Amino acid sequence: MGAILTLLINGLAQGALIFLMASGLSIILGMMGVINFAHGTLFLWGGYSYVWAYYVIWNRVAQARFPDAYAIGQWGGSVVRVDRIALPSGQALPFHLDLLIFLAALIIAVAIVFFIGMIFEKLFINKVYNNAPAQILVTLGLQVIFTDVARFFFGTEGIQIVPPNFLNGTTRLWGGTIVHYNIFVILVGLAVALIIHRIITKSRIGMVIRAGLQSPEHVKAIGINIRRYFTYIFAVGAGLAALGGALYMPFVGAVTSTAGMNNQILAFIVIVVGGLGSFLGSAFGSVFIGLMTVVISLFVPALSVVANVLVMALVLVFKPNGLFGMAVNN
Amino acid sequence: MQKPHSLLKVEDVVSYIGPYTILHGASVDIKQGEAVVILGRNGAGKTTLLKTIVGLVNTRSGSITFDGKSIVGMPTYDIIKEGIALVPEDYGTFNMLTVEENLRLAMLKEDGESKDRLDYVLDLFPDLKIAYKRLSKTLSGGQRQMLSIGRSLVNENKAILIDEPSKGLAPVVIERVALALQEIKKHTTVVLVEQNFALASAVGERYYIVSEGQTVANGQVEDLVKDKELQAAHLGI
Repeated sequence: MGAILTLLINGLAQGALIFLMASGLSIILGMMGVINFAHGTLFLWGGYSYVWAYYVIWNRVAQARFPDAYAIGQWGGSVVRVDRIALPSGQALPFHLDLLIFLAALIIAVAIVFFIGMIFEKLFINKVYNNAPAQILVTLGLQVIFTDVARFFFGTEGIQIVPPNFLNGTTRLWGGTIVHYNIFVILVGLAVALIIHRIITKSRIGMVIRAGLQSPEHVKAIGINIRRYFTYIFAVGAGLAALGGALYMPFVGAVTSTAGMNNQILAFIVIVVGGLGSFLGSAFGSVFIGLMTVVISLFVPALSVVANVLVMALVLVFKPNGLFGMAVNN
Repeated sequence: MQKPHSLLKVEDVVSYIGPYTILHGASVDIKQGEAVVILGRNGAGKTTLLKTIVGLVNTRSGSITFDGKSIVGMPTYDIIKEGIALVPEDYGTFNMLTVEENLRLAMLKEDGESKDRLDYVLDLFPDLKIAYKRLSKTLSGGQRQMLSIGRSLVNENKAILIDEPSKGLAPVVIERVALALQEIKKHTTVVLVEQNFALASAVGERYYIVSEGQTVANGQVEDLVKDKELQAAHLGI
């Protein structure tokens, strides 16, 4: 019972993180027809931006409050370096400051990557609509370049990051261990899913998205400049990936430059399993893949990656509209 | 009596899709208030003519003026805002939107007049009123055609371009579409692409015949009805 509970929470948290990445990827692919292989680098930049912003703000606040706080080393790469700071023993920042720093770092990370997403769309993606080979080359190129730029900026060594104090704990329940941060991640995933679902079903932007998933040309033909929406949808997708990246790094304990590509593969598997272009499909697909990943990594760790790819292949062969039959027919 | 002015003038237009040139010099001149049908065999370029007018197909040469303004090279969404509505082939209604959302999304303004026009659409097509809150993927082909036509009426349009509304519909439904078009042409300039000669002659006053990407003949529909030779040559009737 306890083990099942632990697995369930971990799997749902994993699923929530994949979902943040996959939802944007799915809408970008379904509506704009763009296979965005740069999504992983946006996720990665979300992670790095968060960690950087978190340490910079936290260090300042800590040094201001505790004059005897001292640097014990540095993190970072050729451009960006931040101090590792130790607090006098037994000292910690109060809850409200921890919370504010955490939220500020998240917002900064999402804003930076939202902006990067806009630039990507305006400068590059814009030029390759309706040209799949060019899209793959351009987005894969951006992936490689921006991942290397991240290495240059932030270094090749992983930067350790733990959840803020108020989320950094565990509770024993029915013999299982519940990681507080995982609960938080699940709640964020759920909240984002509900907000996006509401936007898609209730707002005018949502109508344009649903119509555009079916036929961008017919959206133009009723007098709507759908390209203008593309820029923002791409940027919002980037922002969601960044939120996923920012929340992922404390989840695994460190930010490393390979995290983007690894999670991008998972996100692609999710959108195939969930059904291309379907927002609900990507939500269910993320939960499914998240749970499956933790269960398989517990019992047969060697198969954890293979199993995901295998599921994707089986879905493609037997249920090309996704496991839940939710793919949007173009 | 004042001579009605030219509303939509297409002159010697050559247009292309990718490497293929589809129109090789098409010209039509449509006056304010007219109902004009574009006839021709399958693949003659009728649909492309409409798509070229609204900028969905690129123009290589020639001119297109609407209400005295050149619209060549303008993006489609701006051309639509000039007051042209397109009712595309195969409806172009959005499956995952309700009937209401389909109509509202097409509204360029949300003012009182648009609301009045929406009421007019729902009176013209009572089916849409009944299915108002349903996803349009649940509609029949005829209802989708009504939705597509209705969508073109929610804005203050000067001209409506309608692409083969009879396609795939049962004869009894085509009759309802014909009645609706006869009603619509009282208020608006209508350009109708149609294979169904009965529907075309019931709605159109004047015709153009398109063949191999060119406009090859035009005149009064009542004369064409009598001219079996011309019909046989270009329409295969």
